[in-house]
Amino acid sequence: MRSADAYKTETGNGLNYQSIGSGAGIKQIKAKTVTFGATDAPLTAEDLKKDGLVQWPMVMGGIVPVFNIEGVKSGELVLDGATLASIYLGTVKSWDDAAIAKLNPGLKLPAAAITVVRRSDGSGTTFNFTDYLAKVSPEWQSKAGVGTAVEWPVGVGAKGNDGVAGNVGQTKNSIGYVEYAYAKQNKLTYADLINGAGKRVSPTTPSFQAAAANADWANSPGYFQILTNQKGDASWPITAATFILMYADPGDKAAASEAVKFFAWSFEKGDKMAEALDYIPMPKPVVELIAKTWAADIKLK
Amino acid sequence: MSEVVLSEQTRTKLAANADARVGHLRRLLAGDAAFYWACRIAAYSVLLLLGGIIVSLIVGAWPAIKTFGYHFLTTQRWAPSARPEPILGGLGPIYGTLVSSAIAMLIAVPVGLGIAIFLTELCPPRLRRPIGMAIELLAGIPSIIYGMWGFFVLGPFLADTFQPWVISAFAGIPVLRDVFAGPASNLSLFNASLILAIMVLPFITAIAKDVFATVPPVLKEAAYGLGCTTWEVVGNVVLPYTRVGVIGGGMLALGRALGETMAVTFIIGNSFPIKASIFAPATTISSAIASEFAESDGLHQSSLILLGLLLFVLTFCVLSVARLMLMRLETKAGK
Repeated sequence: MRSADAYKTETGNGLNYQSIGSGAGIKQIKAKTVTFGATDAPLTAEDLKKDGLVQWPMVMGGIVPVFNIEGVKSGELVLDGATLASIYLGTVKSWDDAAIAKLNPGLKLPAAAITVVRRSDGSGTTFNFTDYLAKVSPEWQSKAGVGTAVEWPVGVGAKGNDGVAGNVGQTKNSIGYVEYAYAKQNKLTYADLINGAGKRVSPTTPSFQAAAANADWANSPGYFQILTNQKGDASWPITAATFILMYADPGDKAAASEAVKFFAWSFEKGDKMAEALDYIPMPKPVVELIAKTWAADIKLK
Repeated sequence: MSEVVLSEQTRTKLAANADARVGHLRRLLAGDAAFYWACRIAAYSVLLLLGGIIVSLIVGAWPAIKTFGYHFLTTQRWAPSARPEPILGGLGPIYGTLVSSAIAMLIAVPVGLGIAIFLTELCPPRLRRPIGMAIELLAGIPSIIYGMWGFFVLGPFLADTFQPWVISAFAGIPVLRDVFAGPASNLSLFNASLILAIMVLPFITAIAKDVFATVPPVLKEAAYGLGCTTWEVVGNVVLPYTRVGVIGGGMLALGRALGETMAVTFIIGNSFPIKASIFAPATTISSAIASEFAESDGLHQSSLILLGLLLFVLTFCVLSVARLMLMRLETKAGK
């Protein structure tokens, strides 16, 4: 939330924000203790209606598989969805497994057991990651499912992106998943992925934006769009948006309009900042759509 | 016969003195009563707090109790996102809590008693203070520090050296090869047990040291006089004389091991399925709650509270059993 600090210096208006998990954020906004909440796991249109909430995507980011194998650098290893799911299901147990070797001819991988690292706390990152695995692997769908916390068949649990990153950094022959911003800032070794179109892609801003380009935001009530496994040759397959939740009829109108002003300012000026923070700004047409939603759905007066 | 004649002046003075004394005594009495009630309220507030905690735990856990019943104790699956309803069972964390504490006690009790015996019976006086202080300092280290140390130093060390060695040593032996099965892991039930053992060591040592010091020197001297070795003196005089205190210290340590949260959360791996190998990741009740509570809701949260209630009951049982054992030992010793 560096953008909130910049907003304060520029306009003199402060915002109080707390970094808590998506689930807790949703809980707090349902309990009406906050002006707005943010979540990586969007609520469905029905849920929004039930609780009198308005939702829109604010920024995008990617989720990247990170690994720790001696002598293998970022971008040298490539995995596809099915293999990633098999690793997380525990059916691919070793780095020299045939499934991995087939994708990586010429890359020397050790005959060592894979230590699978995943989140121990509920998280929007997990929601999008498991959503992707479920889309590419029926076995994952039936055995573990999709959610902010799922029934992990194997692996060690670590708390937060930093916990996963710490564990992967610490454990030889391990694999984990973290937000792209986190992987980049901490210089973690990441893997490329084969996307839905069968093309090899690296986690970069253009590949995240490509995934968002195809999403049909206009026809998704409540902007309910999960950006994993999107079509397109250049799309990074585990792309995710962070959504903002606000009341359709806020109790504290002054605070709510202040918040909306902040979001409008962020869309206008925050682009550069989002990129500096390794998050990806929403495309312009989507921003215009969201401005219309604010005007139509949130009662600020 | 002598008569004491008091002047009018003296009499009024004495009467005034008596009044003052009565007043003073009354004030003292009132102060005492206030002190009595203050202490009484303080003592009762403990009962009230305890009752309040139990009631709120039961209320919080009720949805989970109603949904899962006693199956909660026998189900290993922990699937908070299962459709249509979450499937949650506490067997994994309960197993992890009991086994990690048991292994910790298995390591800590002999070592702790060894340290205490060395300090009281064998140690040159010059070394007694530094070693004693080091043990006390161990008790003062916050558990998060143990967690970090276990994560960054002990875990990788065990995974690189100790675990592979044990795994290969037991590879051919039935049963043991499953208990000590690979792959080696930075985060495992065994690592957590080892950290727990280090954490409870000071409790065992401190109490054992204190009770060993209560053995009358004349008993020990008599045994030495009969030609007993140190080993025999410790086994036949010191330990039988002090077993009540030693067991009490052990139970206190067990109580701490059962509830330890932060250090264990760091290094146990937070994995719910029960594995035969102690080198595999596991979870405990307190680490499951610490990891998942903030992001839980509905039945998931209720199940976590139920786990908390079970830990409460478990700790209560351990302490009760300890009390009972101590009472029986005391009556036996009294005969």
